[in-house]
Amino acid sequence: MTPPGATLRPLIEARGVTMRFGGVTAVADVDFTLGEVELRCLIGPNGAGKSTFFKILTGQLKPSEGRIRLRDTDITGAEPHAIARLGVGIKTQVPNVFNGLTVHENVFVAAGRRKSLARTRAIVDETLTRLALTGIAGRLVGQLAHGQRQWVEIATVLAQEPELILLDEPAAGMTHDEVHRTAALIREINRTHALIVVEHDMPFIRMIAKTVTVFNQGRILVEDTVERVLADPRVRDVYLGKQAA
Amino acid sequence: MDLAGLLAFNVLTGIATLILITLGLGVIYGMMRIINLAHGEFMMLGAYTAVMASGAGVNIWIAMLVLPPLVVGLIGLILERTVIRFLYGRMMDTMLATWGISLGLIGLITTLYGNVVRGVSTPVGSFDIGRYGASLYSLVILATALSALAALFLLLRFTKFGLILRATMQNPRMAAALGVQPSRIYMATFALGAALAGLAGGVLAPISGVSPAMGAAYIARAFITVLGGGPAIITGTGLASTLFGAINELVSFKTTPVIGDVALLTAAILLIRVLPQGITGRYLRRSL
Amino acid sequence: MNPALPARRASALGFAATLAIGLAILFGAPHVLDTFGLVQCTGFAALAMFGLSQGFVWGFAGVMSFGQAAFLGLGGYAYAVAVINMGDSSIPVLLSILVPMAFAGLLGYFMFYGRISDAYIGVITLTVSVILFQLVNATSGSQYRIGAAELGGFNGIPAIPALNAPFHPDEPLDIDGIWYAAMGALILVYGILRAVLAARLGRVIVAIRENEIRAQLIGYDPRLYKLIAFMLAAGVAGLAGCLYANWGGFISPTVFALPMSAQVIIYVLVGGLGTLVGPMLGAVLIQALIIAAGSQTVVDSNLGLGLVLVGFVLLVPQGLLPVARSAALRLVARVRTPRPGKAADTFATERAR
Repeated sequence: MTPPGATLRPLIEARGVTMRFGGVTAVADVDFTLGEVELRCLIGPNGAGKSTFFKILTGQLKPSEGRIRLRDTDITGAEPHAIARLGVGIKTQVPNVFNGLTVHENVFVAAGRRKSLARTRAIVDETLTRLALTGIAGRLVGQLAHGQRQWVEIATVLAQEPELILLDEPAAGMTHDEVHRTAALIREINRTHALIVVEHDMPFIRMIAKTVTVFNQGRILVEDTVERVLADPRVRDVYLGKQAA
Repeated sequence: MDLAGLLAFNVLTGIATLILITLGLGVIYGMMRIINLAHGEFMMLGAYTAVMASGAGVNIWIAMLVLPPLVVGLIGLILERTVIRFLYGRMMDTMLATWGISLGLIGLITTLYGNVVRGVSTPVGSFDIGRYGASLYSLVILATALSALAALFLLLRFTKFGLILRATMQNPRMAAALGVQPSRIYMATFALGAALAGLAGGVLAPISGVSPAMGAAYIARAFITVLGGGPAIITGTGLASTLFGAINELVSFKTTPVIGDVALLTAAILLIRVLPQGITGRYLRRSL
Repeated sequence: MNPALPARRASALGFAATLAIGLAILFGAPHVLDTFGLVQCTGFAALAMFGLSQGFVWGFAGVMSFGQAAFLGLGGYAYAVAVINMGDSSIPVLLSILVPMAFAGLLGYFMFYGRISDAYIGVITLTVSVILFQLVNATSGSQYRIGAAELGGFNGIPAIPALNAPFHPDEPLDIDGIWYAAMGALILVYGILRAVLAARLGRVIVAIRENEIRAQLIGYDPRLYKLIAFMLAAGVAGLAGCLYANWGGFISPTVFALPMSAQVIIYVLVGGLGTLVGPMLGAVLIQALIIAAGSQTVVDSNLGLGLVLVGFVLLVPQGLLPVARSAALRLVARVRTPRPGKAADTFATERAR
């Protein structure tokens, strides 16, 4: 625990991040900071650059310019597996799970990297219970409903025991109840872990968010508490398609 | 000086040969991303058409330039309708099925015509480059390659059919929404690719031994040239053929034809390593 | 209860059954077959091992290596050259495994760390095998030799000394001995591959095939694991090459050629992609078919093979073993429960392609 009064060193610090695809600038000169055990939501209309920025954080894209640090390590342009090894768990927009393996096997592979068999088994049992997946543990993931696949993916992320968790649209395709459960899960995870969540679902955002960063046209439009952001007329305009001031 | 002239002439011929060999495969791969492992056998069928037709008394030029594309194009059409069209989107399976077709065609021709090496003589003589004699037939190859390339370009660029082809290549669903039947286009494209392969086989018949297994000599280099060229059919094939054809001829000249072949294949592999999408994956992307 | 257990039990049962059958064949064959039959079966064993290598690298690692013939040939030639020079077969056997592995290491590094896409890997490996064919085929003439061994060009290397008892070059193995060596090696390699797949290494390799992105995001470097799988398969193919050379006492450049690469793919396809037993069965079946086809004159063997391949792709794309297995499972499920029910999900250990 950090002694009171000490300034918290940021967990993630991004400076001047820019991403160009040919003639299109998807992300333009973005500065971004995330503190330890902080929960941040990234929102913005389609094409605003939040998913691209997310992919840069996860190493799936290498930025055209800028630097990103995870604590003291420069992770700009690092390979995704290297970033994952630094303790970052990532859930992608389109669920990336092992369709041909069972739920149990999925979580096992995720949990087992560099751990003893006993420890791996313990993590798998814990994670399956936490996400209420024990009932379907023997099912092939490829045959599950979309919401369940999302949870399996979240389970694989948690099973890695990461410090920072990045979730891209975790509530997509979920039923009302599933959305509530996911929000509760995220709040619970946030007690000990930092999270960045990219989302579209406004009610879901309200359930979990504290600080929100709004992307628009590749830049950060506003970054503030969820109440102030959702009340901000510029944010509403941007979602309704009008030009931001 | 004469030697340089001869060498230059050989390089041009080598490039032209490679263009001819590769064009049909490039059309099919460029359009449908299908790896047609029966390409060499389509060429073989074209060569057999030329040999059989000219043996039956047909005019040699018709036997080499007109009949093979027609015959092999038709065969390609039939194969597309009976086998290939069930496998679109299944890249592995099309590779395997076309491999099966390739074996089947070899077996069929062996059954019909036996395992002998046939030939047809070149219809034109030779000329001199300084002190060296060069075959006029190389000019025929050059002319055919350039004409085929030009004709394909004109087809793709200026005809309605070519436009529909390019549109379907880029976005089959959108084309379908506009009333085009992608399945018809794929059928036509496969037939076109087969016809071009047949043409190559027909034109090359006088200078290669025609036997059922002759296709194997061409498939590897045709493939690797298509992949090296990249997604653009005409510029890709043209550029890759130029590069690899030149390397092939120059190295063959210095050492042996076998080493020359190996050099071509090795150079292509190295190029793909550096440019994983092929030449036109990075440069001249918008070209045809 | 750990839901993975029934699947694991079924899988262990299958392994035990296969081992038992294999051992039965190993010890039974010399008593049941005549000399000619035993030699045939030795060839089957070599090709079955070749099939294993393709089945492993393609079906389990998801690497579309279409030029496994390159490693078969390198192994065979490495053995031949080494045993002619050394006189004792013990080290050459090792070389037949290590030389292809080293080559695979270089080629694999070139391909996987160069981020070459799946389809291109197929064409590149095929091309490499063609390159090797061209090179070795052109080595006619006595100047092309490695030590005392002339490479022989398109005629190949004849009269290759057979395997001898380890480190006893004066005790060459007889026909029975070579059978035991070949079939024994096959069973051993099968066991090793099974063990690899059950271990963490194998699970990661399969996971990478299932979803490379997710495997990366867990922290595994897919390039490394593909390279390992590729090298392992090359070693297996190399050993198969050594056995192949012993089978006929002879090796020629055709071992590198396209038909060889095609054949092993057909073994896997017919037997079942994603299994280990399938490719072995496929090898025996197809080889038997080829031999039967060769001895008749009604249908050309290429034609027959081509029709089989196309037929399988269109009609039985999964291959024989998975079809047989799921048919057997349906039968078992129907026998166990009075009402028609779906086969338990926990038995669904089929690895799709």
